[in-house]
Amino acid sequence: MHLAYPAVLSALLFCTGLYGVLARRNAILVLMSVELMLNAVNLNLVAFDAWLSRAALDTLHSGQALTLFTIAIAAAEIGIGLAIVLAVYRNRGTAHIDKLRDTAEGHEPDGPGGDAHGSDASAIPAAGEKAEATA
Amino acid sequence: MTTTTLAVLVPLLPFLGAIAGLLVGRTAPGFVRPLAVLPTLASLALAATVAARQGGDRAVEAATELTPTGSVPIDLALFIDGFAALTAVLVGVVAGCVQIYSTGYLRDDPRYPSYAALVSLFTSAMLLVVYSGDLMVLLVGWEVMGICSYFLVGHYWETPEARAASLKAFLVTKLGDVPFLIGLFALAADAGSFRITRILGAVANGGIEHPTLIALLLLAGVAGKSAQFPLHTWLPDAMAGPTPVSALIHAATMVAAGVYFVARLLPLFEASQAAMTVLAVMAAVTMTGSALAALAQDDIKRVLAYSTIGQLGYMTGALAVADRGAAVFHLLSHGAFKALLFLAAGVIIHAAGTNSLAAMSRMSGLRHRVPDAYWTMTVALLALAAIPPFAGFFSKEAVLGVAEHVVTGTGDSGAPAAAGWIVLLAGLVTALLTAAYAMRLWLLAFRGHGAEAPDHGRQPLAMTTVLWVLAVPSIALGGLAFRTLPDWFDGHDLGPTLTTSVLGTGLAVAGGIVTYAAWRHTGTRAAGVPLGAVAAHPQGDAARVEAEAIATHGPAYGDVAQAPDPADPGRLLLGPLHRHAAVGFHLDAVYSALFVRPVRAGASLVSFLDREVVETYVRGAGALPRWLGAAVRGAQTGNVQTYVSALFAGTVVLAVAVVLVATGA
Repeated sequence: MHLAYPAVLSALLFCTGLYGVLARRNAILVLMSVELMLNAVNLNLVAFDAWLSRAALDTLHSGQALTLFTIAIAAAEIGIGLAIVLAVYRNRGTAHIDKLRDTAEGHEPDGPGGDAHGSDASAIPAAGEKAEATA
Repeated sequence: MTTTTLAVLVPLLPFLGAIAGLLVGRTAPGFVRPLAVLPTLASLALAATVAARQGGDRAVEAATELTPTGSVPIDLALFIDGFAALTAVLVGVVAGCVQIYSTGYLRDDPRYPSYAALVSLFTSAMLLVVYSGDLMVLLVGWEVMGICSYFLVGHYWETPEARAASLKAFLVTKLGDVPFLIGLFALAADAGSFRITRILGAVANGGIEHPTLIALLLLAGVAGKSAQFPLHTWLPDAMAGPTPVSALIHAATMVAAGVYFVARLLPLFEASQAAMTVLAVMAAVTMTGSALAALAQDDIKRVLAYSTIGQLGYMTGALAVADRGAAVFHLLSHGAFKALLFLAAGVIIHAAGTNSLAAMSRMSGLRHRVPDAYWTMTVALLALAAIPPFAGFFSKEAVLGVAEHVVTGTGDSGAPAAAGWIVLLAGLVTALLTAAYAMRLWLLAFRGHGAEAPDHGRQPLAMTTVLWVLAVPSIALGGLAFRTLPDWFDGHDLGPTLTTSVLGTGLAVAGGIVTYAAWRHTGTRAAGVPLGAVAAHPQGDAARVEAEAIATHGPAYGDVAQAPDPADPGRLLLGPLHRHAAVGFHLDAVYSALFVRPVRAGASLVSFLDREVVETYVRGAGALPRWLGAAVRGAQTGNVQTYVSALFAGTVVLAVAVVLVATGA
């Protein structure tokens, strides 16, 4: 199989993932997009490993070994990521990235102000309800 | 021991006593009283020994240079002539009496240890000034006295009067001390030495190039320290301190230091006719003005304070006619009787529970409550009014006699005749006024009508004994000493001359009689107007009673200096002048307009420059980074995806750049 097929597939996968990371609103979908990008990289690693070992340049299959690392780390990452998203959802009642703007400059959690007070107005009562529910 | 060793020990003992008193004051309160009294008495004994050995002969001189200090050397020098020896004995006597008196006066005072240590330190500094033969060492003692005076005036620092008075005393005397210091430097630059003997030698050889300028600069410091017009305003306010302090510092010794300083350097002042005339005018204005003001005061201690200013005026008057013998003679006798007056006034304030003469004139039988104070104060007032044969008569007649010699041209001194006339006339007018206010004080304090004076039990023995000790020189010093003192001093005759004695005594008697008549005339009005401001705790120790009396005077009468008393003979005698005399002829208001307000305006200008101008630059320096920060801050929206997009765009740009560089495009 020619190297171009997996390379093009991997590039498409990466672009899909990048689009998801940059454009999706839901945090879980963003995480899934990150997985897509990781897997695009994995595909590249495996493909190039096979291509290079055929030329007998790399006999250690370091590409495949690195892929195993990446899979393990991706599993751990998605676990922690989902846990964070779950915790954020429980606290805020939403997992929309657009509404999670606590790190914005000038953000006042309790007062009006900042550029996000429209979303704050709906988020804060919901947060109160959720905090009571989990308590 | 040699005389020099003894003389060194005289200022050293009270100094060590002060240090020890400060160190053990908290831990061992039992030692505080012996540590206050014994070094002072030992120092008195040594000073008397030094005086006996010196005996008015050649001056005892000794000097050692600790370390070279540059152009003009500073020596630890002693210079003990007859003036120094006798003045030191006076300082020792008054300080010893005051220390003993204080053990009774402040017996329950929690701050007694520091008080006694400061009085000891003051005594040491005064003795240093008296004995020092080097002007820089003298200046050290001079300034230590100033700071001790500041602390001791502010002893009752709970009262606002004492706080204000201590600051005022310090600032006004410093106002004089700055020109004084410059004058000392100018003098040393001309004479090439700070040693008194060398300076006097340079004066004799005509080696001083600017005698008038130096003398006038030095006079500013003298006017501040000796409370002479126009720098006398601190002294009446300094009466907010405890009475023993007033007796020691603000009557007998420290305020006499200026006079003593001029007496030491008199040839320098004689070299300038202008300085002598200024001195004479200063003395005349001080004498008459303070005597008028004394006639209008209501606080018994303020009467005595103005009287001190007036008597110091006599001393500077004697110096203005170039006779330091008469000046120091009056210094000695005044030190004795004025200390007695103050200490007796302390007893009276304690017994009456008030410092107001108006309130005392509405108590009957005060003289039976404090017979010791009554008799000794009578003696001291007679001495103050210069009635023969009390001490004040001889010393004051010595001053007036010298002035008369200068006027008639029979004296051998080089003083200008104008100075003689000024001093003589002012002295005679002041003799009249002095007798008048002495009589007024005596009548109002001891001849009151009205309710029986409160009975607070016997006064402490420590307080009444020293009154009699001081009464002895007040009676006898003048008559016994005026023949022997010239041997100690310059040799000028100090005996009273017939003309001035008759004139002075006649005027004094006239002043007393007129005041008595005025008192008989106004006394009937006393019953109609009840007045009184008395201490809240009359059973407390004397210091507490005094502090409370001072604190209640202002609220009760609306002023610390005067009382609206129609029965006051001073009001009748002074007529429309009374209102001005009571406030010291508005000199405080003038100072307030001339100095205080410009200083405050300058301060607010500086504060404006700092707040509005300097700080604007600082704020401007901070503004540019803040604006840049605000511009960049807009990018931080909190949306993570924006950040990642920017990151991605950056990566692409970098990658393209790397590719372009790698391909060499």
